[in-house]
Amino acid sequence: MPFTILKKRELVPTIHQVDVAAPRVAEKAMPGQFVILRIDECGERIPLTIADFDAADGTVTLIFQEIGKTTRQLASLGAGDSIADLAGPLGCASSIERFGTVVCVGGGVGIAPIFPIARGLMEAGNKVISIIGARSADILFWEERMEEASSELYVTTDDGTKGHHGFVTDIVQKVIESGEQVDRVIAIGPPVMMRAVAGVTKPFGVKTVVSLNPIMVDGTGMCGACRVLVGGVTKFACVDGPEFDAHEVDFTLLMSRLAMYLPEEKEALDYEAAAEPAV
Amino acid sequence: MKMKTESKPEKRPEMAKQSPSERRSNFEEVALGYNSYEAVAEAKRCLNCKKPPCIEGCPVGVDIPRFIRQIAEEDFDSAALTLKSTNSLPAICGRVCPQETQCEAVCVLGKGGKGDPIAIGGLERFVADYELESGVTAPDLPAPTGRSVAVVGAGPAGLTAAAELAKMGHAVTVFESLHAAGGVLVYGIPEFRLPKSIVAAEVDFIRRLGVDMRMNAVIGKIGTVDELLSRYDAVFLGTGAGLPSFLGIDGENLNGVYSANEFLTRVNLMKAYLFPEFDTPVKKGRRTIVVGGGNVAMDAARCALRLGAGEVTIVYRRGEDELPARAEEVLNAKEEGIIFRLLTNPIRILGDENNWVTGMECINMELCEPDESGRCRPVPVPDTEHTIPADVVVIAIGTSPNPLVSMTTPDLETGRYGTIVADETGATSKPGVFAGGDIVTGSATVISAMGAGKVAAKAIDEYVRGAVRL
Ligand SMILES: Cc1cc2nc3c(=O)[nH]c(=O)nc-3n(C[C@H](O)[C@H](O)[C@H](O)COP(=O)(O)OP(=O)(O)OC[C@H]3O[C@@H](n4cnc5c(N)ncnc54)[C@H](O)[C@@H]3O)c2cc1C
Ligand code: SF4
Ligand code: FES
Repeated sequence: MPFTILKKRELVPTIHQVDVAAPRVAEKAMPGQFVILRIDECGERIPLTIADFDAADGTVTLIFQEIGKTTRQLASLGAGDSIADLAGPLGCASSIERFGTVVCVGGGVGIAPIFPIARGLMEAGNKVISIIGARSADILFWEERMEEASSELYVTTDDGTKGHHGFVTDIVQKVIESGEQVDRVIAIGPPVMMRAVAGVTKPFGVKTVVSLNPIMVDGTGMCGACRVLVGGVTKFACVDGPEFDAHEVDFTLLMSRLAMYLPEEKEALDYEAAAEPAV
Repeated sequence: MKMKTESKPEKRPEMAKQSPSERRSNFEEVALGYNSYEAVAEAKRCLNCKKPPCIEGCPVGVDIPRFIRQIAEEDFDSAALTLKSTNSLPAICGRVCPQETQCEAVCVLGKGGKGDPIAIGGLERFVADYELESGVTAPDLPAPTGRSVAVVGAGPAGLTAAAELAKMGHAVTVFESLHAAGGVLVYGIPEFRLPKSIVAAEVDFIRRLGVDMRMNAVIGKIGTVDELLSRYDAVFLGTGAGLPSFLGIDGENLNGVYSANEFLTRVNLMKAYLFPEFDTPVKKGRRTIVVGGGNVAMDAARCALRLGAGEVTIVYRRGEDELPARAEEVLNAKEEGIIFRLLTNPIRILGDENNWVTGMECINMELCEPDESGRCRPVPVPDTEHTIPADVVVIAIGTSPNPLVSMTTPDLETGRYGTIVADETGATSKPGVFAGGDIVTGSATVISAMGAGKVAAKAIDEYVRGAVRL
């Protein structure tokens, strides 16, 4: 049974939001979990973190950046179109407890998955200090949503076009050094960003959690494509994660494994380009 | 029209195969099946034994002499009905069952080394293919019983249980985590041994029995067994043994190192051999090493070869006689040019500065004298370390049950390796919950999983008919 796209929009250039009708997934979804989707018979299975879910409406919101063949194809779909397969909710839910003060960091497209976590933590009675960052103001999204889901919100841009001119880590450092008793940091974004956040919080001994996004196939623990090294032990991110202790994660391995199919990704895009009629 | 025994030929017709040089570069089926002429001739060799041992050799008890007689009489439709009445997936079994250790091993004609046993598998495949080609008719179903059963996992165990239960009149819903039904049949066993169109056709037959198949439904995530029990009268668990084992040696997380499950899933389920027409890539490799000696290792090695690897090596720590793979598959692999490095054990996988595999360090092994248990343990031969270059390594040393279901069902008793404990009827420690196939036995065979599904269906039938509905 295919899954219908109810809404689709380009939030900012190259970053898209789709709301998919998936009542069973929406009913069970928890912050921090993801889905695996396959667009059509020829498609690959890709994981996308659940950015929002509405059990009453039976919808799941996914946010993704156009990178490879599959995300570009997904971006080309519109409301009324459908995708062949969507399995989830997968992975362990983010632990939402009353920790005290939690810093939520979302970088780039990672702002999307940090949103339901921040909201959940607020609802659980935490003081939530959120920091969202992007390369530039024109690709920053969900600022308002994050504002609502946080006690305090900081915005950073690499080029200074909005908020703090610099990186999310600058603010993480500032908040911790300000004397604020930070009980937990959770960071989602590009691996370099997550590694940098881990580097900042480690000397302070602040418990830091990151959500890892390795390449996946089944998402149920059946293949091991998603292997990550945490504290020297191999874990399957799809079932043991996706969240792990940031101070234990081998980010170098994560990044090199993420690069595994770069030549093939290029080949797929070239193939696609060659197949399209010239305009 | 009975023929005299003595006049019968002793040899079975050899099944046509793609030649090794041709098949090593395509994914089309290797064995081409019998034509009707060959099938009838072979069927006529059958003695139609009074007390046929072959039926007992078959884990699901197919009435072998009967369907073979029907082939001899050229009544292929009846032969198909005979088969289907006990085996819901004959086109699959005809291809992948280890008949040489089951029905054919006990066939009277093969006894004493005088002649070949009847090619039961080949004939089964012939009839099933004939039926698929000429259009399958779904049998008449009994009136609905009003009872419902949830089946978790659409592998051979789950599919068989579902088909049997549907034929008994129960409403059956199958929950499968992947996007396609078939379990190992679709993600593990390659196209050249079992075309996916055959699996799809057999699954379609089960759909036509009225079974509701829900794909993309991961039980343990989308719902628990307890939730299923609140909506269905009974639950059958056929979730298989899908968790890949790794060696636990250095270098296993290097780029280019795969579990057999990942490698085969990419190639078979996701059709990476048709990349970029299909979107899923797989590393093709110039030199591929496959670690392990079972059917899975043979499949992975033969896939690697077909993807274009110039050199494919199987590394196995015991000897030729200990290879757990079917003899036929070992022979096929050898014919295709796969190199066997037996009595060789990996020590570590080597990589370059960019985290890519470059080779594997191995050590030679020798088999010591058998211990009291009769097993020869391989032991390393000192100072025989050596390196085999490779850019793709596939680890095919086994799998264990996926814990997703047992983890979320606390009152389900599990065994040592995470298997679910079930009695001979398939009943588990949890009332209303039955299990069968690899999830109970650990990795086994398609037909044993089907047998377990069938036995459990009987027990489930009794259970749901007797169960008081709340
Ligand atoms: C590469 C390979 C080659 C083989 N070759 C042969 C052969 O030639 N001959 C032979 O007889 N045997 C062979 N086998 C073994 C045989 O395939 C298995 O023994 C058999 O498939 C077991 O059937 P099953 O139904 O128990 O499990 P599986 O076939 O493993 O099916 C289990 C199904 O359950 C699904 N599932 C798991 N967890 C969940 C969940 N939580 N929720 C929903 N669904 C779930 C899985 O996705 C899968 O589809 C081979 C195995 C492999 C891996
Ligand atoms: S044992 Fe062999 S000869 Fe006898 S009935 Fe079975 S297949 Fe025929
Ligand atoms: S994606 Fe296959 S095991 Fe995690």
